[in-house]
Order: sequence, then structure tokens, then C-alpha cells
Amino acid sequence: MRKFTLISLVSLTLISMFYSCQTAENVQQDAYYVNGRDLYLKHCQNCHGAKGEGLGTLTPPLTDSIFMKANKEKLACIIKNGISTPVTVHGQVYEGKMPEFNLANIDVAQLVVYITNAFGHKQGMYTTQQIENDLKNCK
Amino acid sequence: MNFIMRHQSTLTCAILLAATLFASSCKEERKLPIYGLRDTKTVKNSDGTQGVDTVYQTIPAFKFLNQDSVYITNDHFKGKVYIADFFFTSCTSICPIMHRNLKMISEKFKDNPDVMFLSHTIDFKYDTPSVLKKYAEKLGVDGPKWQFVYGPRDSVYTLAEKSYLVAVNVDSTNRDGYVHQGFLVLIDKDRRIRGAYDGTNPEQVAQLEKDIPVLLAEDKK
Repeated sequence: MRKFTLISLVSLTLISMFYSCQTAENVQQDAYYVNGRDLYLKHCQNCHGAKGEGLGTLTPPLTDSIFMKANKEKLACIIKNGISTPVTVHGQVYEGKMPEFNLANIDVAQLVVYITNAFGHKQGMYTTQQIENDLKNCK
Repeated sequence: MNFIMRHQSTLTCAILLAATLFASSCKEERKLPIYGLRDTKTVKNSDGTQGVDTVYQTIPAFKFLNQDSVYITNDHFKGKVYIADFFFTSCTSICPIMHRNLKMISEKFKDNPDVMFLSHTIDFKYDTPSVLKKYAEKLGVDGPKWQFVYGPRDSVYTLAEKSYLVAVNVDSTNRDGYVHQGFLVLIDKDRRIRGAYDGTNPEQVAQLEKDIPVLLAEDKK
């Protein structure tokens, strides 16, 4: 009986150790998310709101998961160059103009990780390399 | 002894009531301060003696085009409490926060005809009435309660700095082209300044929300 208790305790410890370990990618994603949140507070929250709720029909919300997923490759271009063409979010057309934000690629990547994982989204990691590729295809 | 026993509950009630009345009579009603420069004038009292009265700073007469291209003046706010601010539609820094908060307050008082809102644009080049109209519609507050006004640079800037005590200016080094303070200024029905709240600070905005009823109650008397 004592042996059994000992074995189960040891195995439980091992299992919990295994699960508490994050993969390297997870750690990086969390770091991007946290930094992205700071950047969001500084550059985006004024208009897009603390919960990504937008402002009237002046500023679109960032809560449309389908929009975020479908336009993920365009997010870098929108952040870096601004946008003046209408966008449709949650079925509502937004015509306003968003100014450009001259940020480093890594900052853009961190922002993208934050806005695609906060506000009810869960779209995972986005690397600086991906941002670089996206920026080559800006219209 | 028997008497006390029998009337114990009545006695307790009476004591409680007296205590409540006593406590409430001591509480002084909250009153909002009156801001701005003061002057005095000599007045003649009803009994023929002379006295001194305070002259408070007031918002002078103004005339601006609103979002419907109609001229509005002080008469529009006659007998009402209003909240004034200065902004411009292409502003990306503090204006969205100010108007997000002011919109929340306007929704809280939407059924009260005695509370109004007055936003002045400081972008005399771009923010024409039609631009203001579009902005109001998009913000979702287009209606007679919230006026968005456009005027020449001199009159709006002078009014902001001298009367509402809000700093505004053109700044070519700023990305948006203008700099201004984000105060929401509370004006009473006698055109006096009764409060200025940082429209980007949630605590001060909450205070504004609490102060409006205080000012309204004062006017009722």
C-alpha cells in the first residue's frame, strides 16, 4: 500500500511538471501578447476602445473573429500604412480613415498577436517573419 | 417600570426617528463651486442702503453654425445646464476618449431636457457643418441635445481660452495639426462655469455624472 501511494505521488508530480512546462512557442506568444497589449494601450485604444468595442460607426470594433481571420495577412499593412477604403465588420460598413502607425515589424507582430488573441479571439502566434512577408504584399 | 415595558417598541421607534431627523438636518447639501474671475458691483438694497454684490465670470454671447448649418446662440441653452468641450473630427489622440465618455453621459441624461451638450471644433479648415454632421451621425448622437458647432478661428479660440478656460491651439509639429485640453466644462443656466472635468479620466467623468444632478437640483429651488 505504501509503495502504491509513493508511486502515484511521484507519477502525479511528474505529470503536473510535464503539463506546467510550456513549449518555447507558447512562451514567445505570451511575450508577444503582453508587449502587444502595451502597444495597443498606447496606439490603438483611444479609438478602438479598451475592449476592442470601437466607437459608434467612426471606428470599427476588433471583435469580429471572422474578419480578423480572413484579413490576418492584411493587418500588418493596415497598421503600418493606415486605411482609407471602407471595411465591413460585423456586417456594418465603416468609412472612416485610419492613420498610419510607423512601428517596427516586431511591434506590428506583437500587436497582431494581441488583437487576434484578445477580445474573445484565439488565433495563436504570428511571427515577425510573417509580418515582413505580409508587408511586401501591401497594396 | 410597567409603562416602559409596555411602550418599549414605541419608545425605540421615537428615539430612532429623532436620531435620523437629527442626522439628516446636520447634513449640508453639496453645492458646486463657481469658477472663473470675479468682480464686484455696488448695488442698492431695498431699504435704501448700499451693498456689494459679486459678479461672476460668464460665457459671453456667441453665434456659431451647427451640424445642420443653422446658427445657434446662447438662447439655445437658455435655462439649461450644458457641457461644453473642444475637439476636432480628425483627432486621433484624446477626442475619441472624451467623446466616448461624453456619449455615455449623454445616454444617461437622454430623457432630461435640461441637460445639453456643446462641442466646438477647433479645426476651422476642415470641420465644416457637413463634416460635423457626418461625425455626429457616426458617433451615434445626432440630435438637438448635442450640438456640434463650427466657427471662425478667432471667435472659437478666444471663447475657449478666455471664457471656458480650455487651452487650444494650432500646432504644426503635432501629427494631427492641433493641440488642446480635454476638459468637459459644466455650465449652469446663468452661463457660469461650475466644473471642469478631464474627459479622458474615468474618475473625473464619473464625478461629472454625479455633479450634473447636483446642479440641476440647485436650479429647481
